[in-house]
Amino acid sequence: MATQDVIARSATTTPSPSVREQLDVAKLIDTSVCIGCKACQVACMEWNEVRDEIGSTVGVYDNPDDLTADSWTVMRFAEHETDEGDLEWLIRKDGCMHCVEPGCLEACPSPGAIIQYSNGIVDFNQDNCIGCGYCITGCPFDVPRLSEKDNKAYKCTLCSDRVSVGLEPACVKTCPTGAIVFGSKEDMKEHADGRIADLKSRGFDNAGLYDPAGVGGTHVMYVLHHADKPGLYSGLPEDPSISPMVGAWKGLTKPLAMLAMGATALAGFFHYVRVGPNRVEEDDVDDATPPVAAERDERHDADRGGH
Amino acid sequence: MKRDIQRYTANERSNHWAVALLFILAALSGLALFHPALFWLSHLFGGGPWTRILHPFIGVAMSVLFALMAWRFAGRNRIQPRDRQWLGQWRDVVAKRDDRLPKVGKYNAGQKLLFWVLVASLAVLLLTGIVIWREYFSGAFAVGLIRFASLLHAFAAFVLVTTIIVHIYAAIWVKGSVGAMLHGKVSQAWARKHHPLWHDEKMRKKER
Repeated sequence: MATQDVIARSATTTPSPSVREQLDVAKLIDTSVCIGCKACQVACMEWNEVRDEIGSTVGVYDNPDDLTADSWTVMRFAEHETDEGDLEWLIRKDGCMHCVEPGCLEACPSPGAIIQYSNGIVDFNQDNCIGCGYCITGCPFDVPRLSEKDNKAYKCTLCSDRVSVGLEPACVKTCPTGAIVFGSKEDMKEHADGRIADLKSRGFDNAGLYDPAGVGGTHVMYVLHHADKPGLYSGLPEDPSISPMVGAWKGLTKPLAMLAMGATALAGFFHYVRVGPNRVEEDDVDDATPPVAAERDERHDADRGGH
Repeated sequence: MKRDIQRYTANERSNHWAVALLFILAALSGLALFHPALFWLSHLFGGGPWTRILHPFIGVAMSVLFALMAWRFAGRNRIQPRDRQWLGQWRDVVAKRDDRLPKVGKYNAGQKLLFWVLVASLAVLLLTGIVIWREYFSGAFAVGLIRFASLLHAFAAFVLVTTIIVHIYAAIWVKGSVGAMLHGKVSQAWARKHHPLWHDEKMRKKER
């Protein structure tokens, strides 16, 4: 079903099955409404049937304290002191951003291990994953995680299985405050506009939408009270994009390198065809050696030839 | 046959071919991950995951054995003034106008250059390879460094593979050199033509 609307497939140079086109979807996370209850984390575990190991608290509300192969979304809590001396909780639901230009997909060497559907969802297919971790190297948001159990990479799927049958992601379904909403990307932008206007009227002059252009936009967006400083939200990247080093590593240089290696081998072949082998000639022996030695050499060569 | 000259000892030959076999395995498994057009090479290693598992171990084995070989051969590969001249006359080299070239010792300037390019690229490959080896080491490094190492690893691999293509071609082109590395011996005429200074040195040793 789902393989008819693929717009990008990792490590693949021919078109992907893409007859079916779907509407751009997006998940909007409104940090100003989030209360940090972690119901979304639980819903994610429940729907996807993944259970992380029970860890220990590290002195903050973050729990687990980082994304793992079993925890595809994690609430990050940041305490922010405003210029007026007030304390603000800046709580962010971390997870895959489903970039329009995914760094993971660009870096992946295994055909079809990462696919991007026409609705914008970036999905990992663990059947094809080889466990190299290049997706982690490519991601500007530090999202994918390798499982120590099976050496496959995992991350949020935006509940692609639910979305493909017309349901909303599990985290959206469960959010008690309506901080997470889901729909077409256009509708979500419109919804965000309303929220931002409201925040501005309440004194958050820098409220805005986080839909970073550096990765072509994302299919998970944030409404931030401080959109001018996304870094306040537990290090949300200011201006994320695929690293130029990843671009050089995986971009045009590779086909060029392939061409150069092929050309070198071909140059050798044609050099042989045109110039011929570099043999030791009998004449060389005569030129370079005193007569006695040359005679011996000739006899020696003749002996060999006689066999 | 008894008047042939020994060019490589059994240990040197074994070392060379062990490195060569490991290079082929490392290159094929690495190329599988280098470009999608070559991913099919992963089938030779039992699929994608096995290619990913085996490649670094093969690489480490190759690096260790190459280090032994480099240690053996380094002294003979010091670049000398006449080597620069030899390289400057590369047109004469590829056109087989050997008589115009400066006299060559055990290794010509091309071989010396090959040697040092291999030393450099293998050192880079080993160090960057450790940084990008997710299963054991990547956790200790910042993502920026891993990205840089990935790029450098691919670049050094490209340099190494291209250099080895030239090396293999040169061995096929100069008749007698494959034999030298397979059974260790070259004819006196071969030595006199391609490595006259080394030939003289060998002869002097024999007289003594």
